[in-house]
Amino acid sequence: MTKHHLELSGVEMSFDTPNGPFKALDNIHLHIERGEFVSLIGHSGCGKSTVLNVVAGLLQATRGGCVLDGREVNAPGPERAVVFQNHSLMPWLTVFENVALAVRQVFRKRMGKREMTDWVHHNLELVNMTHAANKRPGEISGGMAQRVGIARALAMQPSVLLMDEPFGALDALTRAHLQDTLMGIQQELNSTVIMITHDVDEAVLLSDRIVMMTNGPAATIGEIVDIDLARPRDRVVLADHPDYVHYRQRVLRFLYEKQVFPSEHAPQTPPESSERETATDVLAEEI
Amino acid sequence: MSTLTPTMTLMARLRERLPGRSGRDLMQALTLPVVGIVLFLMCWQLVAPRIDTSLGQFPSPGQVWHQAGQLWQEHQNERQRAERYIEMQEARNQRILADNPDAEVKIRDYPGAPTFIDQIGTSLITVLAGFLLASVIAIPLGILIGLNRHFAAAANPLIQIFKPVSPLAWLPLVTMVVSAVYVSEDPLFEKAFITSMITVTLCSLWPTLINTSTGVSSVDPDLVNVSRVLRLPFLTHTRKVVLPAAVPQIFTGLRVSLGIAWMVLIAAEMLAQNPGLGKFVWDEFQNGSSDSLSRIMVAVLAIGFIGYLLDRIMLLLQRQVAWNE
Repeated sequence: MTKHHLELSGVEMSFDTPNGPFKALDNIHLHIERGEFVSLIGHSGCGKSTVLNVVAGLLQATRGGCVLDGREVNAPGPERAVVFQNHSLMPWLTVFENVALAVRQVFRKRMGKREMTDWVHHNLELVNMTHAANKRPGEISGGMAQRVGIARALAMQPSVLLMDEPFGALDALTRAHLQDTLMGIQQELNSTVIMITHDVDEAVLLSDRIVMMTNGPAATIGEIVDIDLARPRDRVVLADHPDYVHYRQRVLRFLYEKQVFPSEHAPQTPPESSERETATDVLAEEI
Repeated sequence: MSTLTPTMTLMARLRERLPGRSGRDLMQALTLPVVGIVLFLMCWQLVAPRIDTSLGQFPSPGQVWHQAGQLWQEHQNERQRAERYIEMQEARNQRILADNPDAEVKIRDYPGAPTFIDQIGTSLITVLAGFLLASVIAIPLGILIGLNRHFAAAANPLIQIFKPVSPLAWLPLVTMVVSAVYVSEDPLFEKAFITSMITVTLCSLWPTLINTSTGVSSVDPDLVNVSRVLRLPFLTHTRKVVLPAAVPQIFTGLRVSLGIAWMVLIAAEMLAQNPGLGKFVWDEFQNGSSDSLSRIMVAVLAIGFIGYLLDRIMLLLQRQVAWNE
């Protein structure tokens, strides 16, 4: 059957609204190989998160589906760990307990108590958060909390790691630091990652492929860019690298020339409006 | 830019003020409440002599203070009498046993009337019993309602209808039902106690019920998604995610419930004749002596003060248990 690690085929997603069904995604086809780092980029409201939620199993596609390692995805599970935008740690548990909650749930049949504790510490070490193991999420910064969120996801030993704008809420310096950490971990563990972002530099720096999405409704994949830059990558060196600049330009051109900024276009009309639909139709023809 | 300037100067001024929260602010924090109390006492002192009732003038603060001392003294005297009674009873029993080791001795409780302090104790026990019963019903029920949309839709009209019912309306029904159902040769509790307790429960369970169900149903969807990704079983999900997330809301409900319970209790005790503060007020009113009004005023102040203390205790408990404090 399928040879790909993860396969999205013909995914269509409709939501029921008072004005009838609203088609958010249409005809999404995507293959991802093991160890690949794929970014989904697009304007806000284009359905990036919906794609991720379908892979996570948190949403069920109206048509088509997602196959991971030859098995169809129809419910959430720890083999598709999710890093949410705002860390989503349980505020009443310490950093350690948050990761331990996941470890206990996933490994309690395979690991002893001692082994699980070590595994929690190991994952906190990966993101340099051992020093705050006994702190509550409210006592650490947003960047640190997001590290713990990543540690919790990694601790599940997922087959694919799903990240929903993981650094979107952080300041630029913290974000850069976390991107480097993530690159290091991904290199070391060779994990498969799907990351949603709206930051062009982040996408080019981290990804093996960038999937660019058209605007909704009925959003679909517009273009896919292969980022052929050697790893490990250094943001300072790459900043002037002609290939890097070229990739960056391609993504920017797609986002700001081929796709109309949704907020500039038809600002008074709701997303279901016919005006927007025509715009997408035109774009679809263009592509 | 020009519109920003006033805001910025205001911010700067606020920042100047905030770090110096020591000397003057502390003085203000202490003096203003005292000023409030003194002003209130002055008004009371001025107005009281102008109100003539069939039981004499409305009591002034001084008379009430005196009566409070009186009530305390009565309590002390009653205690001493009770001790003497017990001592005499023991001495007599020992004498009887010395004469005849096989004699059956009788041990009787002191038959004196309960004092004001005893009545406070009875009220506290009754309110806590009613409040605990209400919590034991409201928290699990609230969790069920919060977790299940259909259950919530079914329960909502009932909650809305029964929530505003006054304790005075419930009481006759509760009295009749308790008299009919609670029949026993040697009852563990007085009927009046059971009636007051159940009335307190019926009136005070609603805030806890409503707050628990909203707390449970409004758990951060991201946390619910984490739980789904982890495939937590239903019970683990409830225990590890839903309940801790709802704890702050549950406690808010409990605090409101306890406040209502204390308020309802006095009315319930008046009508049910449970020997607590409510009965004290009622008896003084029926008694109609020249001291009655001052004694009722002492009860009013005691009720207020105890209500305040109960709320503070709940707040302390909340700070211990809730993660957001």
